This record gives sequence, structure tokens and C-alpha cells, in this order.
Amino acid sequence: MTSVLYDAPGPRAKRRNVIFSVVFVVLLALLLWWVYRTMDDKGQLEWSLWKPFTESAAWTTYLIPGLLDTLKAAGLAMVIALPLGAVLGIARMSDHRWVRASAGTVVEFFRAIPVLLLMLFANEFFARSTDVSTEDRPMYAVVTGLVLYNASVLAEIVRAGILALPKGQTEAAQAIGLRKGQTMSTILLPQAVTVMLPAIVTQLVVIVKDTALGGVMLGFTELLNARGTLAANYANVVQSFIVVAIIYIVLNFLITSFASWLEARLRRSKRSTGVALGPDDIDDLNAAEVGGTHGTGKDNT
Amino acid sequence: MFDFISDYNDPTLLGAFWMTVKLTVFSGIASLVGGTLLAAMRVSPVPLMRGFGTAYVNIVRNIPLTVIIVFTSLGLADIFGMTMGAPDDFALQGFRLAVLGLSAYTAAFVCEALRSGINTVPVGQAEAARAIGLNFSQVLGLIVLPQAFRAVIGPLANVLIALTKNTTVAAAIGVAEAALLMKEMIENEAQTLLIGAVFAFGFVVLTLPTGLFLGWLSKRLAVKR
Repeated sequence: MTSVLYDAPGPRAKRRNVIFSVVFVVLLALLLWWVYRTMDDKGQLEWSLWKPFTESAAWTTYLIPGLLDTLKAAGLAMVIALPLGAVLGIARMSDHRWVRASAGTVVEFFRAIPVLLLMLFANEFFARSTDVSTEDRPMYAVVTGLVLYNASVLAEIVRAGILALPKGQTEAAQAIGLRKGQTMSTILLPQAVTVMLPAIVTQLVVIVKDTALGGVMLGFTELLNARGTLAANYANVVQSFIVVAIIYIVLNFLITSFASWLEARLRRSKRSTGVALGPDDIDDLNAAEVGGTHGTGKDNT
Repeated sequence: MFDFISDYNDPTLLGAFWMTVKLTVFSGIASLVGGTLLAAMRVSPVPLMRGFGTAYVNIVRNIPLTVIIVFTSLGLADIFGMTMGAPDDFALQGFRLAVLGLSAYTAAFVCEALRSGINTVPVGQAEAARAIGLNFSQVLGLIVLPQAFRAVIGPLANVLIALTKNTTVAAAIGVAEAALLMKEMIENEAQTLLIGAVFAFGFVVLTLPTGLFLGWLSKRLAVKR
């Protein structure tokens, strides 16, 4: 293969690559062997520690209820954040400067603050100012924190989605005499929704990952928290971490694959404009890029 | 109104934010080194190294940072006895474990940022360079890396800002940084809103100038194509 860094390998380069491969395999094998020895020394490979995961009790009592809570919080957060994000995103493109500025301030503010701070604050707010029961409070706090952060990220996705549409769409709408609101609701938004669908789905990965924060800091009974109860019962800390990590990896991999499939489908589709915001476009948005300079180094079309 | 702040001395408000800064700097440097190594593997001509880099990135990116950080404490330290050279000093041990976890996680994102930077350089640039007779190190040093480096500032800035915010996860293993102090304060003091505002302001101060400066820099240095 040719890349910008090197040409297709000739005979000498091929020989060199084989040597590199061998050295790398040896290093990797050494590393794996070391991990194996350490695990073995500490007795972490005992079958009795892994056995609970082959039986249904560990799953039905701990892992599946935990996973369901994770999914519930993530789903709720996404459903609530989506309309909020749409409003904020559209407000950021308003023709009125004060609407634009205030929406922009809200978006940049919540993207600049760690989501944990939002959760901690929401938790205390619910404890003091509302009569949400103590059992429900962690869930409320986690969802609130996630909604505040993700609404502002989604606002940026919505904005990027609308800006990614060909300019002719707006111009044609204006030419046939549609008002601003009509242009947005009947021409731009319906198309933008398909454009940004993959990016929205990808955002779910971030939300799922952030729910774990609530499990440790607020006692929300999601997957990572359920792991603690499980490990306390079976005394298998390392094993439970590995299993939970695998669950997260599989879950997030499924979400990402679905998003990529959607993106590929949208790009091929003849009925759409062929623009799509994919998983790669979203990385920039999540990191709270405060300067408002997006897509550095890659085009968003 | 602000007098409750002086009631907290271990750590003080500034001390807690200083810990946040330290976590960011140390993990930032370590993840830059690790991420560069990973990126080198991901763009190398050796398929096995590429596979390893891809596997690492895809696995680590899909695990919540909280899982990694809590594992460094409950798994690496408690079960495997990795005391990070500080068996008696639990504060220092927690700090080093948090840096380890944060770096392992952030390295995956650094790797992707670097790789996306390299990918912005069109293949034609390297082909043209080879066509005029430059050798490998000249192609890399004079043509590809200068362009890639400028394209990488923006994505790397994003990673740095995300890292600053992610250091709060270290609170999960008891590192005395800003989020842990906020948790303590907000549970014990009456001024919920004020405390929230103080800590939010602290993070805005940490992230906003970095973002503005690096955003400006990346725009200024961007290669116009």
C-alpha cells in the first residue's frame, strides 16, 4: 500500500518489515507473558473467580439490571437533550445578535465545564429544592448533568448539520418566498436531521461512558456500580472489571457500527443531498472547542 | 459570602485547582509520548504494528474513563500491589495512579488526533517530493511533517481541553482535586449555587484561554488548500 509517508515496499523494505514484525511479536509476547505471570502469581486466574460469569445469577442479579440502568439514563438523557440541543443550535444561527450571543454563551459555558461538576451540582440541587426521593435522586442528577452537557454538544451538531447543507437549499427556499421560520422547519431541518443522524448516534457512546461517573460519585446503580456489588459478593475485583469493560466495549462498538452504517447509507442515498456528519466529525465537538473553529484539518462535507 | 472558602484547608480551593492543573500537565505529557508512539504504529508499514495500534485505540476509546481510573486503584494498586513507588503515601499514590489511567486513556485520543493530522497531507505532496529526488528523511522532515504538525494543533487542543475536564474523574479514587473539593463543599455548605459558580468559573478559566489561544494558533497556521 502507498501512503503519504512511504511508497509501496520493494524487496528490501519487505525484508525490513518482516524483521520489524518479528521483533514486535517478540516484544508483544513478552508483555503478554508478563501479564499472565502477574495474574497467575496473584491467583487471579483461578477458575472459581471467573465461574460466576458463566452462571445466570451474576448476570440477572447484578450485571443486567446495571446495564439496563445505564441504558435508561443514557436514553433519557439523549431524548431530553435532543430537542434542547436543536433549539440552542438554531438559536445560535439566529439573525438577531442577542439571541445568537446568549445561545452561544450557554453552549460554550456548558461545554467548558466537566460533566461531573454538573452532576454533583444537580444532585445537591435536587436534594435541597425538590422532593425527589433519595433512591431516584442519583438517576435524576446523572440525567440532568448529561442533558446539560450533551444539549450543548448536540447544539453544535445541529448547527454543523444545517451548515453542511448546500447553500442552494436556503436560496431556493428564499426564492419561492418562504419566511425564515418556514425555511428552517420545512426545508433545512428535515434534511439536516438525516445529515446529522450518524453524529447523534455516535454521541450516545459519550453519554453511555459518562453514566459510569454517576455510578462511582453519586451511587447511581448503573453497570459500574453493579460491578462493585458483584465483586463484593464474589470477591472477584479484577475479573468483574474485565467483564464490565468488555460489556462497555461491545455496547459502544455496536453503537459506533450502527452510526457508520447509517453514515454510509446516507452518503449513498440518492434522495438525500449526500452530506453526512459521521463519527469522526464529532470528536472535535466533544472536546469543548471554545474558540469556535471547527473541522481543523478535515472537511466536514 | 465567600468566607466558607477559608474553612477548607486540606486542600484549599487554589490547592485543589493546582492539583487539577498538575494532573492535566503530567497526563498531558505522558499521553503525548504514548499517543505519538501509537500514532507511529498506526501509520507504520508493518501490518502487525498497525493492527496493534488500531486495537488499542478501539478498545480504550470504548471503555469509560471512570472504569479505567477506578481499576487503577482497586485492581492495579490493591490486587496487584502496584504502589507506583509510593507505598506509604496514599495521596501521592492516588495521584500517580490517576495520571497513569488518564494517560492510558488520553493516549488513544492523541493518537487519533495525530493520525488525522497526517492524513490531511495529500499523497500528491509526498509523490511530488519523491519525484524531485528527495530521500525519505527529506520527504518526512521537509514536506510531510511540517504540514501535518500545523493541521494537528487544533485536534490536539481539543484533546488537551477534554483532558483538563477529564481530570475530575480522579475524584473517584480520592485524588484531592477540584471536583472532590466541590463535592465536599456543596454537601456541607448552604450556598449551593455560589459553590457551583465558583468551581464552574475555575474550569472556564482553565479551558477558555487554552481553547481560544490554540484555536487562534491552529487557524493562523492552517495550510490553505
